[in-house]
Amino acid sequence: MSEKIKKERTHLKPKMQNKTVRPTRADKVFQICVDVFMVIMLIIIIVPLWSTVTLSFRPNTYIGSYLEGMFLAPWHWSVDAYKALLGNNGFLMAFGNSCKILVGGVICALILTIPLAYVMSVKSLPGRKALTTIVLIPYIFDVGMIPAYLLVQNIGLMNHLAAVFLPGAISTYNVIIMRQFFDGIPSELKESARIDGCSEVQILMRIVMPLSKAIVMTIGLYYGVSFWNNFFNAMLYIQDSNLNPLPILLRNILMAAGMNEYVEVSAFGNAPIEAIKAASVFMSAIPMVIAYPFIQKYFTKGTMVGAVKG
Amino acid sequence: MSKKNSFSPEIEAFSKYHNVRPGRVKPVKTPGGETVLMIKPDLGKEIMRHKDVYLLLLIPFVFYIVFKYVPIFNAQIAFKNFRARDGVLGSAWVGFQNFQDFFNSFYFWELLRNTLFYSFGKIIISLPVSIILSIAIYECTHYALRKTVQTLAYLPHFLSWVIMYGVLFALLSPSSGILNDVIKLFGGTPVDFLSSIKAFPWVVLLSDAWKEMGWSAIIFIAALMNIDVSLFEAAMVEGANSWQRVRYITLPSIKPVIVTVLLLKIGTILDAGFNQMYMLYSPQVYSVADIIDTWVYRQGLLNFQFGLATAVGLFKGVIGMALVLVSNRLVSKFSEGSSLF
Repeated sequence: MSEKIKKERTHLKPKMQNKTVRPTRADKVFQICVDVFMVIMLIIIIVPLWSTVTLSFRPNTYIGSYLEGMFLAPWHWSVDAYKALLGNNGFLMAFGNSCKILVGGVICALILTIPLAYVMSVKSLPGRKALTTIVLIPYIFDVGMIPAYLLVQNIGLMNHLAAVFLPGAISTYNVIIMRQFFDGIPSELKESARIDGCSEVQILMRIVMPLSKAIVMTIGLYYGVSFWNNFFNAMLYIQDSNLNPLPILLRNILMAAGMNEYVEVSAFGNAPIEAIKAASVFMSAIPMVIAYPFIQKYFTKGTMVGAVKG
Repeated sequence: MSKKNSFSPEIEAFSKYHNVRPGRVKPVKTPGGETVLMIKPDLGKEIMRHKDVYLLLLIPFVFYIVFKYVPIFNAQIAFKNFRARDGVLGSAWVGFQNFQDFFNSFYFWELLRNTLFYSFGKIIISLPVSIILSIAIYECTHYALRKTVQTLAYLPHFLSWVIMYGVLFALLSPSSGILNDVIKLFGGTPVDFLSSIKAFPWVVLLSDAWKEMGWSAIIFIAALMNIDVSLFEAAMVEGANSWQRVRYITLPSIKPVIVTVLLLKIGTILDAGFNQMYMLYSPQVYSVADIIDTWVYRQGLLNFQFGLATAVGLFKGVIGMALVLVSNRLVSKFSEGSSLF
């Protein structure tokens, strides 16, 4: 097994065993084309990201073009924009709101998704087919944003942070992925626990959950990303500017054309406005960038399994 | 009496022996090929046995009904003249008035055209890009290069469109964009990409391809890794070079996955990307940028025409449902076991 992983680490495509056939010129050209393509892709991916990062470190006194700004040496960088952002109450408040939405959302989502997915995987349950149908109908039939807006208004969630995450706290897609995983747990394990006198809740807590750490992490990260990035629900349901999460503030900052147009922006002191904008972009992306190694580890694995299984 | 006669004598004898109703006896095929009779469990007893499962289901189920089914119930205002003080139930019915208003308005064709343009455009651009990228990643022999491209290519998928707007701003803005600096360097005049009717569709299509190409490549990479390597070796011995191996082995091997992805994308063809469009568009480019979802948002929540906006959303929902069901049927026909439900 570890041998196989080692191979995968160096080459995705397994090495040919046959050494007698020598690569032709066309093969060498092919290999060069692949490498050139990969380098071009790398540049295409990096340039936009790098231009944002360097823009955020642009000092106030800098007077070159923006293109040249990309090659500005790090020792000429200035952190004024970050100082201004971190010293700003509005920004800190929005960051705090986003963190509350993230934590509250992920906890709620997991508490709701895990039991639903588990119950859907209990094969002997009377009414399981009906339950599956009930779960799938809203997933296939999407009635749009207005009816959902009316619901949030009617149950009095307007202007609560919970309105940002509750409507998305059960994602049918995530329920299906999780159920597929639970379906794959050998039924002998559950059966033996049942014979020993465990209730279904005990089986979920003692047998199934310890086996499902990876999938719970994956689904939790899926939810976390969606809640952190969600600006649509916040835009619809939150009017109080003290409750604005980060994406809304970021949008306000980005849309502000001049320094004085937005109160949020004018409070940021003497850093250049472009640098402030880029820095707030970077700060909003930072939690994603920090979580990214974990995301990659679990997401890609989960998606690969999903891809093979469908 | 006649019902009793419909059971075969074996079943009747079996049910009499075990003292159960004949209806609860059902023939089951064993793996060995013979048929044996089994007693179906009693429904009431089965429900009692699973009572803690139902208890476990209670909270998620109630939540699901409230947040997924109440909106479907609320969608009835598509057939009503909705007024906020009358509520969903109290508003007067108007039949298909809202739908007629929409179909007869001159927006209808423009919205449909834009929506389909962006959906198909995204498929046409990003599907080949992600397939080529996945093959390049698969064939690349430099570990560091491959790993860097893989890692960075997946990253933009996790950035929201608000953040993407900030990134595009640093790239495209007429006053501070890198791209316009390059244009100036070659003596051209700067272009305001986000408010030019000609450039805007390209910004939408290419930014989406940039953001999603790595992520969409994952499924193809998974398919590539399942190819039997002996196929390549045999082709090599037969004298096929690398290009021919890609053409005649790699591509045909991942064809089922390509078709599946294509069909699933066609199932969601009316979703042209609300978040992206909402962040990027502005009144100057509405004529080429307005898609069904952005229009519903503006009509419903900014102009308070709830009935009309819901009717459009419902129209989209019904078409979308039909497309999803058809494409899913096709997928399950085409490749066994890879449909979603």
